[in-house]
Amino acid sequence: METTTLTIPVLQLYVFILAGFVGYLVITKVPALLHTPLMSATNAISGISLVGSLVAAGGGQGALATVLGFLAVTAATVNVVGGFMITDRMLKMFKRQERK
Amino acid sequence: MAANWRDYLIQAAYLAASVLFILGLKGLTAPDKARRGMQLAAIGMLVAVVGTLFHQQIITPIWIFTGLVLGSGIGAAISIWMPMTAIPQRTAISHACGALAATLVGIAHYHFMTVVLPATQQAETGTIPGPLSAVEMGALGFEVMFGSLTITGSLMAFGKLQGLLPSAPITYRFQNGLNIGLFVVTVCLFFYLVITPSTASAHAAVFYLMALIGLGVGVLIVVPIGGADMPVVISLLNSYAGLASSAMGIALGTTC
Repeated sequence: METTTLTIPVLQLYVFILAGFVGYLVITKVPALLHTPLMSATNAISGISLVGSLVAAGGGQGALATVLGFLAVTAATVNVVGGFMITDRMLKMFKRQERK
Repeated sequence: MAANWRDYLIQAAYLAASVLFILGLKGLTAPDKARRGMQLAAIGMLVAVVGTLFHQQIITPIWIFTGLVLGSGIGAAISIWMPMTAIPQRTAISHACGALAATLVGIAHYHFMTVVLPATQQAETGTIPGPLSAVEMGALGFEVMFGSLTITGSLMAFGKLQGLLPSAPITYRFQNGLNIGLFVVTVCLFFYLVITPSTASAHAAVFYLMALIGLGVGVLIVVPIGGADMPVVISLLNSYAGLASSAMGIALGTTC
């Protein structure tokens, strides 16, 4: 298969659309009871923007990129670490209720 | 360009992370599977981060590790000491941080592609690279546009929930007109950025102007919403942040 300049964006579009479907199908099955942890969990996962910050901060792309990248890494890590920890705290509460 | 072991490792890491994220979210469909699912998602995030650190473009790790440690400390402190009644506020602050990261990366990347890269290439080969492609610029513009309004929108939501801002809706005449008008202006600026080549002289000014207006839009659209509806606003901003993250993925994927 010949690759043209159009192939990569088209593949990315495939991923985006398919991921959209997966997201919709999985999330609609989450019971109302778990909506607050869901809010926190999806927030933590959208912290994948940390990955982009890593390249900006460490890629040797100039002073501005490194400074902004450092701030971005810090902010994104606050988002990710805090997000997962808080979701875990919420879900721990559920487990105790289940055992009762 | 031949792929070496680093590239395979990084792509495998990202693939594993994607699978773990989906499994993690699936765990949330039942209370007894939820916690285990989230742990899988957390492992996925760790895998993605570690995998990225193997990227050949990472040459100055000191800032990365400082940021990671600092961010982890702040994030952990917030989640340990924040009372459980303050979950929505905490999520709003988290959002603002995530959107801040996405916007800053967008700005850094734009600056790199339009200022730093041409300068180094000019010095080395005497030629300057062509303008950013429409897809790259579209993704970058989208990332910064939605990222900026999510930052201020989330901070406003935090303020309203925490009681720092009046919880009652603040309305004024022509508010809807102003909000829609500003948003239309932002979208027009976005189209300008995509259509005109990034080497044009006004391009950078328009880019930063769009980011600034985006910040304003974020404030103005949350102002008329009452404090009780903030969780809905946060969920909506959550999806905007997700869109901004996707845009970042497309922008960085095409150029790396």
